[in-house]
Amino acid sequence: MTTRVGVVTFPGSLDDRDAQRAVRLAGAEPVALWHRDKDLHQVDAVVLPGGFSYGDYLRCGAISRFSPVMDTVIEQAKLGMPVLGICNGFQVLCESHLLPGALTRNDSLHFVCRDQKLRIENNGTAWTRDYSVGQEIVVPLKNGEGRFVADAHVLDELEAEGRVVARYLDLNPNGSYRDIAGISNAAGNVVGLMPHPEHAVEPLTGPTTEGLGFFTSVLKQLVNA
Amino acid sequence: MARVVVDVMLKPEILDPQGQAVQRALPRLGFTGIADVRQGKRFELELEGPVDDAALARIREAAETFLANTVIEDYTVRVEEEAK
Repeated sequence: MTTRVGVVTFPGSLDDRDAQRAVRLAGAEPVALWHRDKDLHQVDAVVLPGGFSYGDYLRCGAISRFSPVMDTVIEQAKLGMPVLGICNGFQVLCESHLLPGALTRNDSLHFVCRDQKLRIENNGTAWTRDYSVGQEIVVPLKNGEGRFVADAHVLDELEAEGRVVARYLDLNPNGSYRDIAGISNAAGNVVGLMPHPEHAVEPLTGPTTEGLGFFTSVLKQLVNA
Repeated sequence: MARVVVDVMLKPEILDPQGQAVQRALPRLGFTGIADVRQGKRFELELEGPVDDAALARIREAAETFLANTVIEDYTVRVEEEAK
């Protein structure tokens, strides 16, 4: 049976089609999910894509967090369904309190767009099994509010529990605390990532194909589950 | 109609790059002697009914769950004079 990975489209999402393509290239069936629909259509995992959901009004991800589809995503994530939030999706996961902390305005105040080197810090999550710990990858990064912040005790807890999934190498593009590029929840099924692995899955359009591992990882996770 | 104002500010320990940019621009424009600037949000809520305890409690709940992200922001709620 083909694994079905849902990709939510909110008004203002713009990387939903890229995420769907990455899912397809990884060998799963992408399923388009609509923000007003509570039904997840029997998907096995969900990707919350990048973009500017609801125009980023109020705060990034603050309004989409209360969309009907998120009621079900939050409920299923708590039951163990793998959920990956990329960029705006990461912001939605923090606003949903599925992940701790918050994403704030880049310290430079500038929107940053670059090919970013990362180090994978934990390959025990649903979305990073196909990487090795310490592996360095390059994927695109593009954000204006990508600076991860949290209380010192939350940061210490994330570090102690190995929940820092990826860290920026060489250059911190947005002032993120402790160079954090991505984190997971305690169970490891929910991952939020500021850079964009879905833009690094084909040689024609990405700087590398090193982002594909996030999408192949979840397939392995689901097959083994 | 009554108006309730919700002010939302980044917590003091959270860097406010917008406020800093404004602060750096002020002396260039001749406005000296300003030691710090922080930028926040103000929400003006026009109520349909009276501002009673129940209405204020609902507004505090909205501020807590939606208008402010209490991970990084503080908020205050206050009643303004009757709107015209």
